Amino acid sequence: MHSISVKDLTLNFGAVSVLKNLNLDVAEGEFIVLLGPSGCGKSTLLNCLAGLLDITEGQIWIKGKNVTWAEPSERGIGMVFQSYALYPQMTVRGNLSFGLKNARMPKDEIDKRVARAAEILQIGPLLDRKPAALSGGQRQRVAIGRALVRDVDVFLFDEPLSNLDAKLRSELRVEIKRLHSRLNNTMVYVTHDQIEALTLADRIAIMRGGIIQQLDAPQVIYNRPANLFVAGFIGSPSMNFLHGATVDGGKAFRFGDQTLSLAGYEGGAILDRPRVVLGLRPEHLTLTDRPEPGHTLPAEVELDEPMGADSLVWLQTGGQQVSVRVPVEGRLAPGTKVHLRLDIPKASLFDADGEQRI
Amino acid sequence: MSNPATLAAAVVGADALNRTGHPSDHHRGARPRPTLSRRNILLYGTLGLISIYYLLPLYVMVVTSLKGMPEIRMGNIFSPPVEITFQPWVKAWAEACTGLNCDGLSRGFWNSVRITVPSVILSIAIASVNGYALANWKFKGSETFFTILIFGAFIPYQVMLYPIVILLREMGLYGTLWGLIIVHSIFGMPILTLLFRNYFTSVPEELFKAARVDGAGFWTIYFKIMLPMALPIFVVAIILQVTGIWNDFLFGVVYTKPDTYPMTVQLNNIVNSVQGVKEYNVNMAATLLTGLVPLIIYFVSGKLFVRGIAAGAVKG
Repeated sequence: MHSISVKDLTLNFGAVSVLKNLNLDVAEGEFIVLLGPSGCGKSTLLNCLAGLLDITEGQIWIKGKNVTWAEPSERGIGMVFQSYALYPQMTVRGNLSFGLKNARMPKDEIDKRVARAAEILQIGPLLDRKPAALSGGQRQRVAIGRALVRDVDVFLFDEPLSNLDAKLRSELRVEIKRLHSRLNNTMVYVTHDQIEALTLADRIAIMRGGIIQQLDAPQVIYNRPANLFVAGFIGSPSMNFLHGATVDGGKAFRFGDQTLSLAGYEGGAILDRPRVVLGLRPEHLTLTDRPEPGHTLPAEVELDEPMGADSLVWLQTGGQQVSVRVPVEGRLAPGTKVHLRLDIPKASLFDADGEQRI
Repeated sequence: MSNPATLAAAVVGADALNRTGHPSDHHRGARPRPTLSRRNILLYGTLGLISIYYLLPLYVMVVTSLKGMPEIRMGNIFSPPVEITFQPWVKAWAEACTGLNCDGLSRGFWNSVRITVPSVILSIAIASVNGYALANWKFKGSETFFTILIFGAFIPYQVMLYPIVILLREMGLYGTLWGLIIVHSIFGMPILTLLFRNYFTSVPEELFKAARVDGAGFWTIYFKIMLPMALPIFVVAIILQVTGIWNDFLFGVVYTKPDTYPMTVQLNNIVNSVQGVKEYNVNMAATLLTGLVPLIIYFVSGKLFVRGIAAGAVKG
């Protein structure tokens, strides 16, 4: 049984289609991250799951129940918001117990649950404070606690860490991951931060324009992006794209006056295509001083950006710009002539017109 | 219903409330200047002049109301009373005659209380729920409904006077206090709804969403989440309504009978009576008595505002 099942979900705001015929199945205990640029519909999808937006067409099933038209509180979900959304006039205890009181739960059960959540999130000493007297990190803990006390199977996170500073963000990120392994419930997590997505997710759904572009494990998304958008969106520094054509029945890639062997490429039938894009991550390129026709490219160093552990070198090859990640000791002066070795088995080849991976 | 001055005061108050939402603000502001700079002398000189201009009539009224008639006839309106007497105040409150009744302004005062209190409660109760619904529970046509409601604020009252007379007559409420209460409540609706809607719109939407996930319905969210946060805007609404309704003359004179006249109408009848000697001291005392309620509201509300700020200053 799927924990969450979204079937042919469509959402229109007037004439604008925000989500288009979207399907998504989430397994029990799975951590799904919805990732995409602003306006891609990821938060909208989360709000639909929560029942805070009425959908135009389709169905939403949670825990084997059709909840398409159920109230948010009847769906068995807990939600954590970007702005924490704590009730300012209530204490932390009041915030945690508000939902339980609405459900007319007996008082000792409420106390038990609040105490348990406070213990898990280490907010015990804060229980009698008002939200205004808490720091950002503490507020977000309380917000998570509010979802926790509901004892639900599904947690929905709407960019929960976006309002925190970088240090707190990484701390709470670890904590959310720990929480997930402890509670083992289903989590759907919306973010535009790819580090969060890559570190937290069992599977990532990359969205654009209300459509899921790719739904896969983080490693697959990173190493074998399904299309040009995903390839360009994931990874920082981003993937290099070389525009050219495939020749020799798909055995070689030609761009400018260079020809590269595609032997070892993992993918479908390449065939001869007039317009393709070869995508290579900066770490899949190496610098060498020994040219090897068909496997290396001559290049000229433009500039390098030291980034601490390594340094990002920008080069020109065949009139196109590429970046290479090299150890920081190997700093190169601009204008240096080098050769680039390409790790073809790790490359991605896209059809320039359909933008899909070949 | 609400004259421009009260509206302005209320808006300024609301602005002050909004500003306190950013606790860091009072760290900025201009650097302190020396007390006796040219700029300060000019500024406080102008302020002083304007204050005198506005306070002088009040001074004349207070002074005159404390004089006996012989002293008034001497014509020195600015001179302080030689012999202070509270007789004019007693007469204005308890003995002055309008028509057949000779029990002074007290009758009008209690009528006004009986009109103002229910009108304020009724109109604010309805308008706050209106505003909350229009801000958070958007339904099909809610924007249209809101537009029509706001349009009501721009229709001159005079146009509605006669139709409402007929309406009240048909309902059997013409000439009664409840008739006037209903009229006041209806006419307060556009501006109050606008006030509350705008306030509730400024409450973060995620708070509302969180409450819905927590299983709170329309009324639970209203009473438990929104109402405690809306204290400052309630204070503003109360000031607007109390002063507006207390000062109303037009509706009072049209929709009530001599027995149920509000204080303003009765004041007019005392001051404008053409028989006998013009008792300036009694007139002044009566006017001051009538203006006392809005005055107190303004003074007290200053403190309430501060408390409202304290209650509203919690930023989520």
